[in-house]
Amino acid sequence: MPDMARKTTSARKATVTALAWTVGFLIFFPVLWTFLTSFKTEGEAIAAPPSFLFFDWTVENYLTVNERSDYPRHFWNSVVISVGSTLLGVLIAIPAAWSLAFVPGRRTRDVLMWMLSTKMMPAVGVLVPMYLIFRDTGLLDTKSGLVGVLTLVNLPIIVWMLYTYFKEIPAEILEAARMDGASLRSEIIYVLAPMAVPGIASTILLNIILAWNEAFWTLNLAAAKAAPLTAFIASYSSPEGLFYAKLSAASTMAIAPILILGWFSQKQLVRGLTFGAVK
Amino acid sequence: MATQHSRTAARLMISPAVILLFLWMIVPLAMTLYFSFLRYNLLMPGMEEWAGFSNYRYFLTDPAFFTALRNTLVLVAGVLMITVTGGILLALLLDQPMWGQGIVRILVIAPFFVMPTVSALVWTNMFMNPVNGLFAHAAKAMGLQPYDFLAQSPLLSITLIVAWQWLPFATLILLTALQSLDREQMEAAAMDGAGPLSRFIYITVPHLSRSITVVILIQTIFLLSVFAEILVTTNGGPGTASTTLTYLVYVQSMLQFDVGGGAAGGIVAVILANIVAIFLMRMIGRNLDA
Repeated sequence: MPDMARKTTSARKATVTALAWTVGFLIFFPVLWTFLTSFKTEGEAIAAPPSFLFFDWTVENYLTVNERSDYPRHFWNSVVISVGSTLLGVLIAIPAAWSLAFVPGRRTRDVLMWMLSTKMMPAVGVLVPMYLIFRDTGLLDTKSGLVGVLTLVNLPIIVWMLYTYFKEIPAEILEAARMDGASLRSEIIYVLAPMAVPGIASTILLNIILAWNEAFWTLNLAAAKAAPLTAFIASYSSPEGLFYAKLSAASTMAIAPILILGWFSQKQLVRGLTFGAVK
Repeated sequence: MATQHSRTAARLMISPAVILLFLWMIVPLAMTLYFSFLRYNLLMPGMEEWAGFSNYRYFLTDPAFFTALRNTLVLVAGVLMITVTGGILLALLLDQPMWGQGIVRILVIAPFFVMPTVSALVWTNMFMNPVNGLFAHAAKAMGLQPYDFLAQSPLLSITLIVAWQWLPFATLILLTALQSLDREQMEAAAMDGAGPLSRFIYITVPHLSRSITVVILIQTIFLLSVFAEILVTTNGGPGTASTTLTYLVYVQSMLQFDVGGGAAGGIVAVILANIVAIFLMRMIGRNLDA
């Protein structure tokens, strides 16, 4: 009997495995296909029937994209904007999350809900004034302008994420430090920070991903000089001639770094994006 | 216990975030509201004049508005339907014992990290293009006429692209929720003779309901602002066939330079989003208290 049971379970496990791998492969396929196409010539990229692996692999497209379109500058813009806005946001959010988590008052819940509600305002509702403010203050098409906007856009998520992490740190430890005469500053630096590092790190990771992929403000407020990769890729929407292989190469370079970061942060993703409602 | 001293410190420490978010929320929104009552076109600077409610009248009676409203609802509802149903099925599948679960998870989550402009361009060109796309190749190989996705069903095509981007999110959240399901309760139900279907309906679904609410809430917030996918694929066309409210306001203010009209549209978008937000916040609030 136990032998038969084991046999049915492993048959079932094999079926589930086959099914899950097939579905996973299908969902992943567009990414894989982009990656493969980036190593084809433009002719092979549109050939029918398409070849999957047995074509003459070439890195020509990567060289062309790098030379022609000033790709490194856009990549650098993406790095500055996503990392800059995240670090600035974390800097503002740490003290806020600290007080929400450790000095809760009657209004703590209201403040948190209010912060969440600012995230619900559709960006398009403030597009016109933001554009005019940017134009009149010379912030249009600058990295610092985009850093500022993306900091504000993601600040509620950063506060919420840090809050849910801080909430799990036992308040008694902080009180003990206070009893021992630690000042507020040293309480945060020496007691809270070491325990909060993993939470802060995953907050930073997730927000870099969100800021890297943000495609409303970056497309509307940066046209050329400060345009990050989202805007650079959008320029492929009006193609001239054959461009699949070059589009694929540019796309692969734009998504590869964030895909790798994302795979590392998938566990924190759930918590961060559900505002701690699902852990 | 928190002392008076630490309360003051707490208030000081929270104020930068609160003040910044407050300004971010109130200043541009007040400007939008003000502009929405002006006749104000960027091509005619210095000609601004009070226009009363005429911007609203034009925007709300514009046939494009109703198309955009309908398209927005169809897009949001379509993506939600696909991602929630697909997410539940995928989560149930991934929750089973299997070999290489970690790798499958990584494959499934990948689309979420692809930036919107990339996924939209890859799908429209390399898959949905009626001449060189993979779907066209497949159709021709089977002797069928290739289908011009973006010309013939632009809104459906965009819905599919956006659903592909958000399916991993729904899956991951629902999978996390499934994994916190009490195994013993399941086994007890099975012992008592509950079949797989009734176990699913009476134990799994109630357990998932809260996470499904969360998925719907968060996705709706993001889906109401879908923009890049429309910009790089159809530009809202043909005609206004794939224009959503967000895109309509963009066209009016950034392409037609009609600040007043765009602002009125923006206010309408804010009001509609708030109706959804209140409704959903209440839903999530009820779930939180339970």
